[in-house]
Amino acid sequence: MSLLRIDSVHKHFGSHHVLKGVDLKVEAGEVVAIIGRSGSGKSTLLRSINGLETLSDGLIEVDGERLHAGQTDMRALRLKVGMVFQQFNLFPHLSVVENVMLALGVVKKMARSQARECAHAVLDKVGLSHKLDARPGQLSGGQQQRVAIARALAMSPKVLLCDEITSALDPELVSEVLAVVRQLAGEGMTLVMVTHEMRFAREVGDKVVFMHEGRIHEQGTPEQMFGAPRSRELAAFIGALGG
Amino acid sequence: MIEFSIWTILQYLAQGLGWTLCLSLLAFVLGGAVGGGILLARIATYPLLRVFARGYIEFFQGTPLLMQLFMVFFGLSLLGRDVSPWVAAGFSLTLYSAAFLAEIWRGCVEAVDRGQWEAAASLAMSRWEQLRHVILPQALRHAVTPTVGFSVQIVKGTAVTSIIGMTELTKTGSILANATLQPFTIFGMVGLGYFLLCYPLSRLAHYLERKLNVLAAH
Repeated sequence: MSLLRIDSVHKHFGSHHVLKGVDLKVEAGEVVAIIGRSGSGKSTLLRSINGLETLSDGLIEVDGERLHAGQTDMRALRLKVGMVFQQFNLFPHLSVVENVMLALGVVKKMARSQARECAHAVLDKVGLSHKLDARPGQLSGGQQQRVAIARALAMSPKVLLCDEITSALDPELVSEVLAVVRQLAGEGMTLVMVTHEMRFAREVGDKVVFMHEGRIHEQGTPEQMFGAPRSRELAAFIGALGG
Repeated sequence: MIEFSIWTILQYLAQGLGWTLCLSLLAFVLGGAVGGGILLARIATYPLLRVFARGYIEFFQGTPLLMQLFMVFFGLSLLGRDVSPWVAAGFSLTLYSAAFLAEIWRGCVEAVDRGQWEAAASLAMSRWEQLRHVILPQALRHAVTPTVGFSVQIVKGTAVTSIIGMTELTKTGSILANATLQPFTIFGMVGLGYFLLCYPLSRLAHYLERKLNVLAAH
Protein backbone atom coordinates (compact mmCIF):
# COMPACT_ATOMS: atom_id res chain seq x y z
CA MET A 1 0.00 0.00 0.00
CA SER A 2 1.19 3.49 -0.77
CA LEU A 3 2.57 5.59 2.06
CA LEU A 4 0.83 8.69 0.75
CA ARG A 5 -2.41 8.60 -1.17
CA ILE A 6 -4.13 11.67 -2.58
CA ASP A 7 -7.60 10.87 -3.81
CA SER A 8 -9.61 13.28 -6.02
CA VAL A 9 -8.68 16.32 -4.01
CA HIS A 10 -10.42 19.59 -4.79
CA LYS A 11 -9.64 23.00 -3.38
CA HIS A 12 -11.59 26.22 -3.83
CA PHE A 13 -10.47 29.64 -2.69
CA GLY A 14 -13.76 31.48 -2.89
CA SER A 15 -14.83 31.16 -6.51
CA HIS A 16 -11.31 30.20 -7.56
CA HIS A 17 -11.00 26.47 -8.25
CA VAL A 18 -7.32 25.78 -7.53
CA LEU A 19 -7.17 21.99 -7.35
CA LYS A 20 -9.53 20.21 -9.72
CA GLY A 21 -9.40 16.59 -8.70
CA VAL A 22 -5.84 15.54 -7.97
CA ASP A 23 -4.88 11.87 -7.57
CA LEU A 24 -1.39 10.85 -6.59
CA LYS A 25 0.30 7.91 -4.92
CA VAL A 26 3.71 8.06 -3.29
CA GLU A 27 5.48 4.91 -2.12
CA ALA A 28 7.72 4.73 0.94
CA GLY A 29 11.22 5.88 0.09
CA GLU A 30 10.12 7.57 -3.11
CA VAL A 31 11.30 11.06 -4.06
CA VAL A 32 8.64 13.00 -5.93
CA ALA A 33 9.30 16.35 -7.56
CA ILE A 34 6.26 18.49 -8.38
CA ILE A 35 6.90 20.98 -11.14
CA GLY A 36 4.71 23.46 -13.00
CA ARG A 37 4.04 27.13 -13.54
CA SER A 38 3.17 29.41 -10.65
CA GLY A 39 -0.56 29.27 -10.11
CA SER A 40 -0.78 25.67 -11.29
CA GLY A 41 -1.73 24.56 -7.76
CA LYS A 42 1.49 22.77 -6.85
CA SER A 43 2.09 24.68 -3.61
CA THR A 44 -1.55 24.37 -2.60
CA LEU A 45 -1.37 20.62 -3.18
CA LEU A 46 1.74 20.33 -1.04
CA ARG A 47 0.23 22.45 1.74
CA SER A 48 -2.91 20.28 1.69
CA ILE A 49 -0.88 17.20 2.53
CA ASN A 50 -0.26 18.39 6.09
CA GLY A 51 -3.50 20.29 6.48
CA LEU A 52 -2.19 23.84 6.10
CA GLU A 53 -4.91 24.13 3.46
CA THR A 54 -8.22 22.47 4.22
CA LEU A 55 -9.69 20.29 1.49
CA SER A 56 -12.87 21.29 -0.29
CA ASP A 57 -13.39 17.68 -1.36
CA GLY A 58 -11.48 14.43 -1.56
CA LEU A 59 -9.22 12.49 0.75
CA ILE A 60 -5.57 12.38 1.73
CA GLU A 61 -4.10 9.42 3.58
CA VAL A 62 -0.60 9.27 5.02
CA ASP A 63 0.49 6.00 6.59
CA GLY A 64 -3.09 5.16 7.57
CA GLU A 65 -3.89 8.65 8.89
CA ARG A 66 -6.77 10.20 6.97
CA LEU A 67 -7.61 13.78 6.16
CA HIS A 68 -11.11 14.59 4.90
CA ALA A 69 -12.76 17.73 3.66
CA GLY A 70 -13.90 19.84 6.61
CA GLN A 71 -11.61 18.13 9.09
CA THR A 72 -10.10 20.47 11.68
CA ASP A 73 -7.99 18.22 13.90
CA MET A 74 -4.75 17.77 12.01
CA ARG A 75 -2.50 16.68 14.84
CA ALA A 76 -2.26 12.96 14.04
CA LEU A 77 -1.64 13.68 10.38
CA ARG A 78 0.99 16.32 11.08
CA LEU A 79 2.91 13.92 13.32
CA LYS A 80 3.52 11.86 10.18
CA VAL A 81 4.30 14.73 7.83
CA GLY A 82 7.18 17.18 8.15
CA MET A 83 7.40 20.41 6.22
CA VAL A 84 10.15 22.78 5.14
CA PHE A 85 9.13 26.23 3.90
CA GLN A 86 10.49 28.59 1.31
CA GLN A 87 11.04 31.32 3.92
CA PHE A 88 12.55 28.91 6.51
CA ASN A 89 10.14 30.18 9.21
CA LEU A 90 12.56 29.48 12.04
CA PHE A 91 11.48 30.79 15.44
CA PRO A 92 13.60 33.94 15.81
CA HIS A 93 13.23 34.14 19.61
CA LEU A 94 14.82 30.71 20.10
CA SER A 95 18.35 29.46 19.52
CA VAL A 96 19.09 26.89 16.84
CA VAL A 97 18.97 23.96 19.22
CA GLU A 98 15.80 25.28 20.90
CA ASN A 99 14.13 25.59 17.51
CA VAL A 100 14.67 21.88 17.02
CA MET A 101 13.80 20.93 20.61
CA LEU A 102 10.58 22.91 20.99
CA ALA A 103 8.08 20.54 19.41
CA LEU A 104 9.87 17.49 20.84
CA GLY A 105 9.08 18.82 24.30
CA VAL A 106 5.70 20.40 23.64
CA VAL A 107 4.19 17.84 21.29
CA LYS A 108 6.08 14.63 21.97
CA LYS A 109 6.47 15.36 25.70
CA MET A 110 10.10 14.35 25.50
CA ALA A 111 12.29 15.14 28.51
CA ARG A 112 14.66 18.08 27.94
CA SER A 113 17.83 16.04 28.03
CA GLN A 114 16.44 13.53 25.56
CA ALA A 115 15.14 16.29 23.28
CA ARG A 116 18.54 17.95 23.37
CA GLU A 117 20.23 14.72 22.40
CA CYS A 118 17.81 14.22 19.55
CA ALA A 119 18.34 17.83 18.40
CA HIS A 120 22.11 17.40 18.46
CA ALA A 121 21.82 14.31 16.29
CA VAL A 122 19.72 15.95 13.57
CA LEU A 123 21.75 19.16 13.62
CA ASP A 124 24.87 17.08 13.23
CA LYS A 125 23.27 15.44 10.24
CA VAL A 126 22.74 18.78 8.50
CA GLY A 127 26.26 19.86 9.45
CA LEU A 128 25.34 22.52 12.01
CA SER A 129 26.37 21.00 15.31
CA HIS A 130 28.74 23.95 15.79
CA LYS A 131 25.84 26.47 15.68
CA LEU A 132 23.65 25.10 18.49
CA ASP A 133 23.40 28.32 20.46
CA ALA A 134 23.28 30.76 17.55
CA ARG A 135 20.09 32.70 16.86
CA PRO A 136 18.50 32.17 13.45
CA GLY A 137 19.22 35.82 12.62
CA GLN A 138 22.95 35.17 12.91
CA LEU A 139 22.93 32.42 10.28
CA SER A 140 23.11 32.56 6.49
CA GLY A 141 20.00 31.62 4.53
CA GLY A 142 21.47 28.24 3.66
CA GLN A 143 22.24 27.51 7.29
CA GLN A 144 18.76 28.62 8.36
CA GLN A 145 17.17 26.30 5.85
CA ARG A 146 19.30 23.41 7.08
CA VAL A 147 18.12 24.13 10.64
CA ALA A 148 14.55 24.10 9.32
CA ILE A 149 15.18 20.70 7.76
CA ALA A 150 16.66 19.45 11.03
CA ARG A 151 13.65 20.80 12.96
CA ALA A 152 11.28 18.84 10.71
CA LEU A 153 13.42 15.70 10.80
CA ALA A 154 13.61 15.70 14.60
CA MET A 155 9.92 14.80 14.70
CA SER A 156 10.72 11.64 12.67
CA PRO A 157 8.10 12.20 9.98
CA LYS A 158 7.17 9.52 7.48
CA VAL A 159 7.09 12.06 4.67
CA LEU A 160 8.97 15.32 4.31
CA LEU A 161 7.36 18.08 2.25
CA CYS A 162 9.65 20.70 0.74
CA ASP A 163 7.99 23.86 -0.57
CA GLU A 164 10.47 25.55 -2.93
CA ILE A 165 13.07 25.38 -0.24
CA THR A 166 15.86 26.94 -2.27
CA SER A 167 13.85 29.74 -3.91
CA ALA A 168 14.62 32.33 -1.25
CA LEU A 169 18.35 31.56 -1.16
CA ASP A 170 21.24 33.36 -2.79
CA PRO A 171 22.54 31.18 -5.64
CA GLU A 172 25.77 30.29 -3.88
CA LEU A 173 23.82 28.89 -0.89
CA VAL A 174 21.55 26.59 -2.88
CA SER A 175 23.95 23.68 -3.16
CA GLU A 176 24.48 23.18 0.60
CA VAL A 177 20.73 22.78 1.06
CA LEU A 178 20.35 20.48 -1.92
CA ALA A 179 23.22 18.37 -0.60
CA VAL A 180 21.22 17.74 2.59
CA VAL A 181 18.13 16.80 0.58
CA ARG A 182 20.21 14.50 -1.62
CA GLN A 183 21.60 12.81 1.48
CA LEU A 184 18.07 12.32 2.89
CA ALA A 185 16.90 10.84 -0.40
CA GLY A 186 19.87 8.48 -0.31
CA GLU A 187 18.88 7.35 3.19
CA GLY A 188 15.44 6.37 1.98
CA MET A 189 13.42 9.35 3.27
CA THR A 190 10.13 9.81 1.46
CA LEU A 191 10.20 13.28 -0.06
CA VAL A 192 7.62 15.35 -1.88
CA MET A 193 9.05 18.59 -3.13
CA VAL A 194 7.81 21.52 -5.13
CA THR A 195 10.85 22.82 -6.93
CA HIS A 196 12.17 25.05 -9.67
CA GLU A 197 15.50 23.26 -9.63
CA MET A 198 14.90 21.10 -12.69
CA ARG A 199 18.36 19.64 -12.76
CA PHE A 200 17.97 18.60 -9.15
CA ALA A 201 14.51 17.14 -9.76
CA ARG A 202 15.99 15.14 -12.60
CA GLU A 203 18.92 13.95 -10.52
CA VAL A 204 17.27 12.84 -7.26
CA GLY A 205 13.62 12.45 -8.27
CA ASP A 206 12.18 8.96 -8.72
CA LYS A 207 9.05 10.51 -10.10
CA VAL A 208 8.31 13.90 -11.60
CA VAL A 209 4.76 15.28 -11.48
CA PHE A 210 3.80 18.12 -13.80
CA MET A 211 0.87 20.21 -12.59
CA HIS A 212 -1.09 22.35 -14.97
CA GLU A 213 -4.27 24.34 -14.25
CA GLY A 214 -5.09 22.54 -11.02
CA ARG A 215 -4.58 19.03 -12.33
CA ILE A 216 -1.75 16.56 -12.63
CA HIS A 217 -1.20 16.87 -16.32
CA GLU A 218 1.55 14.33 -16.72
CA GLN A 219 3.74 12.21 -14.48
CA GLY A 220 6.57 9.76 -15.00
CA THR A 221 10.24 9.11 -14.42
CA PRO A 222 12.60 12.06 -14.85
CA GLU A 223 13.92 10.48 -18.06
CA GLN A 224 10.44 10.27 -19.61
CA MET A 225 9.34 13.68 -18.39
CA PHE A 226 12.41 15.65 -19.40
CA GLY A 227 13.55 13.43 -22.28
CA ALA A 228 10.29 12.68 -24.00
CA PRO A 229 7.38 14.77 -22.73
CA ARG A 230 4.08 13.46 -24.07
CA SER A 231 1.94 16.56 -23.72
CA ARG A 232 2.39 19.86 -25.48
CA GLU A 233 2.03 21.76 -22.17
CA LEU A 234 4.91 19.91 -20.52
CA ALA A 235 7.09 20.29 -23.58
CA ALA A 236 6.33 24.01 -23.61
CA PHE A 237 7.07 24.29 -19.87
CA ILE A 238 10.40 22.51 -20.17
CA GLY A 239 11.22 24.44 -23.33
CA ALA A 240 10.50 27.74 -21.62
CA LEU A 241 13.00 26.82 -18.91
CA GLY A 242 15.65 26.29 -21.56
CA GLY A 243 16.10 22.69 -20.37
CA MET B 1 -12.67 80.34 55.53
CA ILE B 2 -10.24 77.87 56.97
CA GLU B 3 -6.55 78.57 56.67
CA PHE B 4 -4.53 75.68 55.25
CA SER B 5 -0.81 75.55 55.65
CA ILE B 6 1.10 74.48 52.57
CA TRP B 7 2.05 71.29 54.39
CA THR B 8 -1.55 70.37 55.06
CA ILE B 9 -2.36 70.93 51.41
CA LEU B 10 0.56 68.81 50.29
CA GLN B 11 -0.45 66.07 52.70
CA TYR B 12 -3.99 65.92 51.30
CA LEU B 13 -2.70 65.98 47.77
CA ALA B 14 -0.23 63.20 48.50
CA GLN B 15 -3.11 61.14 49.83
CA GLY B 16 -5.10 61.82 46.67
CA LEU B 17 -2.08 60.90 44.59
CA GLY B 18 -1.86 57.63 46.48
CA TRP B 19 -5.48 56.78 45.61
CA THR B 20 -4.88 57.71 41.98
CA LEU B 21 -1.92 55.37 41.97
CA CYS B 22 -3.94 52.55 43.57
CA LEU B 23 -6.78 53.00 41.12
CA SER B 24 -4.34 53.03 38.18
CA LEU B 25 -2.60 49.88 39.35
CA LEU B 26 -5.91 48.15 39.88
CA ALA B 27 -7.13 49.14 36.42
CA PHE B 28 -3.85 48.10 34.82
CA VAL B 29 -3.57 44.71 36.51
CA LEU B 30 -7.23 43.69 36.31
CA GLY B 31 -7.60 45.33 32.90
CA GLY B 32 -4.56 43.37 31.72
CA ALA B 33 -6.04 40.11 32.96
CA VAL B 34 -9.46 40.74 31.39
CA GLY B 35 -7.75 42.15 28.30
CA GLY B 36 -5.76 38.94 27.92
CA GLY B 37 -9.03 37.02 27.88
CA ILE B 38 -10.56 39.41 25.36
CA LEU B 39 -7.44 39.04 23.20
CA LEU B 40 -7.79 35.25 23.18
CA ALA B 41 -11.44 35.60 22.20
CA ARG B 42 -10.55 38.16 19.53
CA ILE B 43 -8.14 35.77 17.79
CA ALA B 44 -10.09 32.56 18.50
CA THR B 45 -11.14 30.20 15.74
CA TYR B 46 -14.79 30.27 16.91
CA PRO B 47 -16.51 33.10 15.03
CA LEU B 48 -18.91 33.78 17.92
CA LEU B 49 -16.07 34.54 20.33
CA ARG B 50 -14.44 36.83 17.78
CA VAL B 51 -17.68 38.72 17.23
CA PHE B 52 -18.18 39.13 20.97
CA ALA B 53 -14.62 40.41 21.49
CA ARG B 54 -14.88 42.79 18.57
CA GLY B 55 -18.16 44.18 19.84
CA TYR B 56 -16.70 44.59 23.32
CA ILE B 57 -13.63 46.42 22.06
CA GLU B 58 -15.62 48.66 19.73
CA PHE B 59 -18.10 49.58 22.45
CA PHE B 60 -15.47 50.58 25.00
CA GLN B 61 -13.28 52.34 22.45
CA GLY B 62 -16.22 54.11 20.86
CA THR B 63 -17.82 55.62 23.97
CA PRO B 64 -16.43 58.10 26.54
CA LEU B 65 -14.99 56.67 29.73
CA LEU B 66 -17.18 59.07 31.69
CA MET B 67 -20.31 57.58 30.17
CA GLN B 68 -19.07 54.05 30.93
CA LEU B 69 -18.51 55.12 34.51
CA PHE B 70 -22.07 56.49 34.79
CA MET B 71 -23.46 53.32 33.24
CA VAL B 72 -21.75 51.19 35.86
CA PHE B 73 -22.41 53.52 38.80
CA PHE B 74 -26.04 54.29 38.10
CA GLY B 75 -26.79 51.09 36.22
CA LEU B 76 -25.84 48.88 39.13
CA SER B 77 -27.79 51.13 41.51
CA LEU B 78 -30.86 50.66 39.32
CA LEU B 79 -30.57 46.93 39.91
CA GLY B 80 -31.02 47.68 43.57
CA ARG B 81 -27.33 47.35 44.34
CA ASP B 82 -25.80 50.30 46.08
CA VAL B 83 -22.31 50.41 44.67
CA SER B 84 -19.50 52.23 46.35
CA PRO B 85 -17.54 54.67 44.18
CA TRP B 86 -14.53 52.37 44.58
CA VAL B 87 -16.31 49.40 43.04
CA ALA B 88 -17.82 51.44 40.23
CA ALA B 89 -14.52 53.18 39.46
CA GLY B 90 -12.46 50.01 39.61
CA PHE B 91 -14.99 48.10 37.56
CA SER B 92 -15.35 50.61 34.76
CA LEU B 93 -11.62 51.41 34.55
CA THR B 94 -10.92 47.68 34.33
CA LEU B 95 -13.40 47.18 31.48
CA TYR B 96 -12.04 50.26 29.70
CA SER B 97 -8.38 49.25 30.02
CA ALA B 98 -9.18 45.68 28.99
CA ALA B 99 -10.65 46.85 25.69
CA PHE B 100 -7.66 49.02 24.80
CA LEU B 101 -5.05 46.51 25.95
CA ALA B 102 -6.74 43.69 24.03
CA GLU B 103 -6.71 45.80 20.87
CA ILE B 104 -3.06 46.81 21.35
CA TRP B 105 -2.07 43.19 21.92
CA ARG B 106 -4.09 41.96 18.96
CA GLY B 107 -2.03 44.23 16.75
CA CYS B 108 1.15 42.76 18.25
CA VAL B 109 -0.03 39.20 17.62
CA GLU B 110 -0.91 40.08 14.05
CA ALA B 111 2.51 41.65 13.52
CA VAL B 112 4.03 38.18 13.90
CA ASP B 113 4.52 36.62 10.47
CA ARG B 114 1.88 34.08 9.36
CA GLY B 115 4.71 31.69 8.51
CA GLN B 116 5.41 31.36 12.24
CA TRP B 117 1.92 29.96 12.85
CA GLU B 118 2.34 27.62 9.90
CA ALA B 119 5.76 26.39 10.97
CA ALA B 120 4.46 25.67 14.47
CA ALA B 121 1.36 23.99 13.04
CA SER B 122 3.47 21.83 10.74
CA LEU B 123 5.25 20.54 13.85
CA ALA B 124 1.89 19.22 15.08
CA MET B 125 1.44 21.87 17.77
CA SER B 126 -2.14 22.68 18.74
CA ARG B 127 -3.36 26.21 18.23
CA TRP B 128 -2.86 26.99 21.91
CA GLU B 129 0.69 25.57 21.83
CA GLN B 130 1.46 27.61 18.71
CA LEU B 131 0.26 30.73 20.47
CA ARG B 132 1.92 29.99 23.80
CA HIS B 133 5.36 28.91 22.58
CA VAL B 134 5.83 30.65 19.25
CA ILE B 135 3.51 33.61 18.74
CA LEU B 136 3.11 35.23 22.16
CA PRO B 137 6.84 35.35 23.00
CA GLN B 138 7.40 37.25 19.76
CA ALA B 139 4.30 39.43 20.17
CA LEU B 140 5.43 40.33 23.69
CA ARG B 141 8.44 42.12 22.30
CA HIS B 142 6.20 44.32 20.16
CA ALA B 143 3.76 44.80 23.04
CA VAL B 144 5.96 46.16 25.82
CA THR B 145 6.29 49.71 24.59
CA PRO B 146 2.66 50.43 23.63
CA THR B 147 1.46 48.73 26.81
CA VAL B 148 3.59 50.92 29.04
CA GLY B 149 2.50 53.86 26.90
CA PHE B 150 -1.14 53.01 27.51
CA SER B 151 -0.59 52.92 31.28
CA VAL B 152 -0.15 56.71 31.02
CA GLN B 153 -3.67 56.91 29.56
CA ILE B 154 -4.97 54.88 32.50
CA VAL B 155 -3.40 57.19 35.06
CA LYS B 156 -4.97 60.22 33.39
CA GLY B 157 -8.24 58.34 32.89
CA THR B 158 -8.66 57.85 36.64
CA ALA B 159 -9.41 61.59 36.92
CA VAL B 160 -12.99 61.07 35.69
CA THR B 161 -13.80 58.97 38.74
CA SER B 162 -13.71 62.18 40.80
CA ILE B 163 -17.22 62.81 39.42
CA ILE B 164 -18.72 59.91 41.35
CA GLY B 165 -16.93 60.91 44.53
CA MET B 166 -13.62 59.07 44.45
CA THR B 167 -11.29 61.27 46.47
CA GLU B 168 -8.36 60.66 44.19
CA LEU B 169 -6.02 63.43 43.08
CA THR B 170 -8.45 65.51 41.01
CA LYS B 171 -11.27 65.31 43.55
CA THR B 172 -8.89 66.18 46.40
CA GLY B 173 -7.72 69.11 44.33
CA SER B 174 -11.20 70.47 43.75
CA ILE B 175 -12.10 70.14 47.43
CA LEU B 176 -8.94 72.03 48.38
CA ALA B 177 -9.54 74.63 45.68
CA ASN B 178 -12.99 75.34 47.10
CA ALA B 179 -11.69 75.55 50.63
CA THR B 180 -8.66 77.72 49.96
CA LEU B 181 -10.08 79.78 47.09
CA GLN B 182 -6.79 79.32 45.27
CA PRO B 183 -7.82 77.07 42.39
CA PHE B 184 -4.95 78.00 40.13
CA THR B 185 -2.25 77.08 42.63
CA ILE B 186 -4.02 73.93 43.75
CA PHE B 187 -4.72 72.62 40.26
CA GLY B 188 -1.18 73.50 39.27
CA MET B 189 -0.05 71.17 42.03
CA VAL B 190 -2.56 68.53 40.93
CA GLY B 191 -1.16 68.73 37.41
CA LEU B 192 2.34 68.33 38.77
CA GLY B 193 1.17 65.25 40.65
CA TYR B 194 -0.11 63.58 37.47
CA PHE B 195 3.08 64.54 35.71
CA LEU B 196 5.14 62.89 38.46
CA LEU B 197 3.26 59.64 37.81
CA CYS B 198 3.17 59.81 34.04
CA TYR B 199 6.56 61.17 33.12
CA PRO B 200 8.56 58.19 34.47
CA LEU B 201 6.16 55.88 32.63
CA SER B 202 6.70 57.56 29.28
CA ARG B 203 10.46 57.60 29.89
CA LEU B 204 10.23 53.89 30.65
CA ALA B 205 8.33 53.31 27.41
CA HIS B 206 11.03 55.12 25.43
CA TYR B 207 13.78 53.27 27.24
CA LEU B 208 12.19 49.87 26.60
CA GLU B 209 11.62 50.73 22.97
CA ARG B 210 15.30 51.54 22.48
CA LYS B 211 16.43 48.53 24.43
CA LEU B 212 14.16 46.10 22.56
CA ASN B 213 15.28 47.55 19.23
CA VAL B 214 18.89 46.94 20.18
CA LEU B 215 18.04 43.38 21.21
CA ALA B 216 16.13 42.78 17.99
CA ALA B 217 19.11 43.97 15.95
CA HIS B 218 21.26 41.18 17.37
